[in-house]
Amino acid sequence: MSDEPRVGIYVCHCGINIAGVIDVEEVVDYAKTLDGVIVARDDKYMCSDPGQDLIKKDIVENKLNRIVVAACSPRMHEPTFRTACSEAGLNPYLFEMANIREHASWVHMSEPEAATQKAKDQVRMAVAKARLLEPLENPRVDVTKASLVIGGGIAGIQASLDLADQGYKVYLVEKTPSIGGVMAQLDKTFPTMDCSACILTPKMVDVSRHPNIEMITYAEVKEVDGYIGNFKVKVEKKPKFVNADSCTGCGQCADACPIEVPNEFDYGLGTRKAIYVPFPQAVPLIYTVDSENCVGCRMCDNVCDPDSIEFDQKAEEVILEVGTIILAAGFKVFDAKRKEEYGYGVHDNVITAIEFERLINASGPTGGKLLRPSDGKEPKSIGFIQCVGSRDVTIGNPYCSRVCCMYAIKNARLYKEKHPDAEIYIFYMDIRAFGKGYEEFYQAAQEDYGVKFLKGRPAKIDEDKNTKNLLLNVEDTMLGANLEMEMDLVVLSVGMEPPEDADQLQKVLRLSRSADGFFMEAHPKLRPVDTLTAGVFLAGTVQGPKDIPDTVVQGSAAASRASIPMSKGEVEVEPVIATVDDEACIGCRICERVCDFGAIEVVERKAKVNDVLCQGCGGCAGACPTGSMQIRHFSDKQIMAMIEAAFEEEK
Amino acid sequence: MTFEPKILGFLCNWCCYAGADMAGTSRMQYPPNFRIIRIMCTARLDPTFILKAFSEGADGVFIGGCHLGDCHYVAGNYKAERRVKLVHDLLGELGLEKERLMLKWVSASEGERFANTVKDFTSTIKKVGPSPLRSA
Ligand code: FES
Repeated sequence: MSDEPRVGIYVCHCGINIAGVIDVEEVVDYAKTLDGVIVARDDKYMCSDPGQDLIKKDIVENKLNRIVVAACSPRMHEPTFRTACSEAGLNPYLFEMANIREHASWVHMSEPEAATQKAKDQVRMAVAKARLLEPLENPRVDVTKASLVIGGGIAGIQASLDLADQGYKVYLVEKTPSIGGVMAQLDKTFPTMDCSACILTPKMVDVSRHPNIEMITYAEVKEVDGYIGNFKVKVEKKPKFVNADSCTGCGQCADACPIEVPNEFDYGLGTRKAIYVPFPQAVPLIYTVDSENCVGCRMCDNVCDPDSIEFDQKAEEVILEVGTIILAAGFKVFDAKRKEEYGYGVHDNVITAIEFERLINASGPTGGKLLRPSDGKEPKSIGFIQCVGSRDVTIGNPYCSRVCCMYAIKNARLYKEKHPDAEIYIFYMDIRAFGKGYEEFYQAAQEDYGVKFLKGRPAKIDEDKNTKNLLLNVEDTMLGANLEMEMDLVVLSVGMEPPEDADQLQKVLRLSRSADGFFMEAHPKLRPVDTLTAGVFLAGTVQGPKDIPDTVVQGSAAASRASIPMSKGEVEVEPVIATVDDEACIGCRICERVCDFGAIEVVERKAKVNDVLCQGCGGCAGACPTGSMQIRHFSDKQIMAMIEAAFEEEK
Repeated sequence: MTFEPKILGFLCNWCCYAGADMAGTSRMQYPPNFRIIRIMCTARLDPTFILKAFSEGADGVFIGGCHLGDCHYVAGNYKAERRVKLVHDLLGELGLEKERLMLKWVSASEGERFANTVKDFTSTIKKVGPSPLRSA
């Protein structure tokens, strides 16, 4: 192709959408006078097949090497016309659009002359750029057929199983000694009342037995290098001080261990030993020595038959090579102490909902008996307080946590089943029962179980010093009455917050987070599990509060999205990215510092762009003092030519 | 003849340009004084683009991006904000009024905000008058 631009211009009527306001003929006639223009035509609908054929025919017959279409927004039909160009053998990036519909005919309907002038100006600007366009190729990179899943809760479990079943290698990294996540701590699940462990543990076992899944527990992701298809991930495995291959999980070590400490799995309500598994169905069933509390007495070592105790174990670093990453790091339970008015941590008989789950759980610290912390008696009245740490701007959490209404109703029903005479109140703002079968579940709680719903939440909770009962001052907003109520036990329906290690994960993965602190999806509706970092996906509550069904859906969705580049085996990357003029670059490193994607590295005093990491925003080009950093398709020359063209008439 | 200002707008593809499209789809009417250059992100804005526009005879320059925190490339608009501030400080020395340069955040759904911005900016520039740099 010769460098001499041979431009074809096509002005669209868009029925009467454009032609009803703009004098199309005048624009065409004007276009013919512009430098480098070989043909200028109009058509009723340029995007239709006949319209596109016009372009294709001209490319071949008139040897056109630049195409400009003046029509609707490029956000609408740029891909259509680019395809038409390549079908006629022209590089699709030798195409430019002038938006004369959304930006002219539709917004200046009563000023046809001014709209026509604007169309002529925008066409002239488009031609100025088109003359300088250069052909671009989409680079391709190979994709490693392996995935890293961060977080072993139900989202990560589901994603791992789906990917592994498709034949991809999966590394499942979990920071605690066992997979299972918060779901493993729950008792029953709404609205079906399945026991949480009963539906979860088979999946945990599937993970452990799957030939394509490698579980890496008690480990953290430290660094992520590379880009889609070719991530290099550094994972640090903390020492368990137990040989993972030979440990049989028999538990003799824990029986022998003399040290007893609060078990974090039970939120400190029960105890565990200094050598432990967090819960009996833990996967992998390998004991871990908690080095903070271990006194080194070696009692465990003495009783361990397979001789698995290894006190000289050290932290170990492993490097994983993966093509895609799924972040399923879960959430953190809201710290109820931050709502001082409820007296959590001060009044014995104020507990949180997650503690309630552990207390009614048959494998929990009390064997499933709910007893008051102050005196070990069964409560005759319980008040559930909703929206603790959710829908509350005063503590910075304006969002709804989406599960608290339903779990409170579920827990109220469970207690009513065993104690029909107990007085159960739910103090709420609004009940949100939006899922399948949820509203019915809520109705039944009122009608069949006699759970009382009171619209209004206590301003403050006081304690009767003698009985340790709780005194609630609450306004029933339906009746407009102030009530004094006494409860044996108060359960705070605590919400969800972004996970503890969100900052660290955000940094290593270079992801964005929304105002609520949860991780941000690429598009809230159309790309709900993608992120803006190609090859990295989100699953579960790390993206925002959600219940178990939605979390499982997202786990599968993320797996499916991640499998696309892996099944293709290669990805095409966007060619509209930064490029350096080596001659002019002085190695000042401004671009390197300004890039938010780590895509630029200065090597031997010359900036180098990583084609895959670069997103093409142009931040580097806008900052470059020498003009050596350029964005393809939006180069200084091209933009300057447009600016000049914009004011040509003035001169 | 009344003074019809020529204003050049640099709009980011993901928010402000899309917001301008939305104004069109909703048939919101505004003055025809803008000419638009689409860039992928306001981060692309080289301060010399603004200066070039003024030296070519622009009566006003408008830069439209995503709201802070919404930039498609995370923080491109913060970069633009800094650079526009820089040029703002320079305008006085060139004998140009500060009002001639405007930076505004418009989201893809804010068609009305875009239309109102064009109206307001155009009438501001009408008040300020033709650019002294316009080649006579
Ligand atoms: S994409 Fe709109 S300002 Fe960056």
